[in-house]
Amino acid sequence: MNAVKNLGPQALRQIVLSQLHGLAPEADLSTLRPHDDLRETLEIDSFDFLNLLIALDQEVGVEIPEKEYGKVGTLAGLMDYLLARLPKAT
Amino acid sequence: MAEFRMPSLGADMQSGKLLEWKVAPGTLVKRGQVVAVVGTEKGDIEVEVFEEGLIQNFAVQEGAEVPVGAPLAWIDEGAARPGLPKKEAPPPAAEKTEQRIRVSPLARKLAAELGVDLTQIQGSGPHGAIDKDDIERAAQQTAPPLPAAEGPPGKADFQAGMRRAIALAMTRANRDIPHYYLECRIDMTRALSWLEAENLQRPIQNRLLPAVLLIKAVAKALVKVPQLNGYWTKDALQIAEGIHIGFAIALRQGGLVTPAIHHADLQGADELMTNLHDLILRTRSGRLRSSELTDATITVTHLGDRGVEKVFGVIYPPQVALVGFGKITEEVWVEKGMIGVRPVLHATLAGDHRASDGRTGAEFLESLDQLLQTPEALFAA
Repeated sequence: MNAVKNLGPQALRQIVLSQLHGLAPEADLSTLRPHDDLRETLEIDSFDFLNLLIALDQEVGVEIPEKEYGKVGTLAGLMDYLLARLPKAT
Repeated sequence: MAEFRMPSLGADMQSGKLLEWKVAPGTLVKRGQVVAVVGTEKGDIEVEVFEEGLIQNFAVQEGAEVPVGAPLAWIDEGAARPGLPKKEAPPPAAEKTEQRIRVSPLARKLAAELGVDLTQIQGSGPHGAIDKDDIERAAQQTAPPLPAAEGPPGKADFQAGMRRAIALAMTRANRDIPHYYLECRIDMTRALSWLEAENLQRPIQNRLLPAVLLIKAVAKALVKVPQLNGYWTKDALQIAEGIHIGFAIALRQGGLVTPAIHHADLQGADELMTNLHDLILRTRSGRLRSSELTDATITVTHLGDRGVEKVFGVIYPPQVALVGFGKITEEVWVEKGMIGVRPVLHATLAGDHRASDGRTGAEFLESLDQLLQTPEALFAA
């Protein structure tokens, strides 16, 4: 279990986008809308998706359980889920 | 003196570019050692050697485009076993003699159709007789022009090469293999709850994906129904001893590769997951080993991530079967007169009707279903 990082929304967004870029280097992430299905839009498979969650656990310190996968399938859903588990910015 | 030749890294390969020697003349090599890196239409492959001995000399230098079957180097096997007398390396180009050519009637007919010169072929049959397979190999090697070997291949070249490789293999499959197709619905309730419980106890980096269960179940079903695990060669089924599952991996730039997961029936859950992960990474970064590209005894294609419900696949020759998995979706399920909703997987089998009959295929799918109903036993020794 990695320690939860103290990150603001901007920093978190940067981390998420850079991980997505690593998985789908040819995709133009500026056109990704908040409620697009990540797996369909970026054509990432279940291995890629698991890799994304492993990387986020390492960088953000939030481990997303399997039964919550339904909530984190979009950029907005993923951001909300993570932000709710980060310490509130002071 | 043994010839180390350009391997055929798939039914579709005509030639490869020797990119790098990993050894030097005078090196003592062991069976399974990576000795060279070869550039192919499916990426750069680390080529292993299957003889033991001393690398005598190279037949080609780095950068050369070499047809499948042509010598890359000579290996002195006597050097590994000091008792044996040493032999001289053969002259690089053996002279063709004026002997009568032995060739089967079918091969002669095929040669005429495909425009293959019989005097230029080394037969692989008894007494050097030329058979149908030899003609097809020769036709593949000479047929389409190869991309220019100058400069690094661009993305467009790679994609064109990949398409051509797939086209060759799949055309051959559709022409030669009389496919039969079977489908069954598998209730995945037990398998998924086992997986969920298992993953709950695991740290995220050790989580298992359903693909691991499916591959293991296919491998174990093949232990029971070995007739689907092997090759159709020389008009007969050769059942393979090891169960090496070729797992179809799509590349982001287009195309796919089906590297082998060796001895999948003998691997534990963690081992299988780690190996699958590693295989996907190396496939996408272009660092597969030659044995992984050549050893698959059956192919599994799993298109569930793309929302597909059923896959009716084309067999990768000379294999004799392909298992297709779609997406696991909730469906209405009737059991003992009760209607319920269950997570359901559609499993399909494409079988080569020359090698097996529908009954064998049905036994396989039945066994696959049974194995997935007792997931806890799947990985028990």
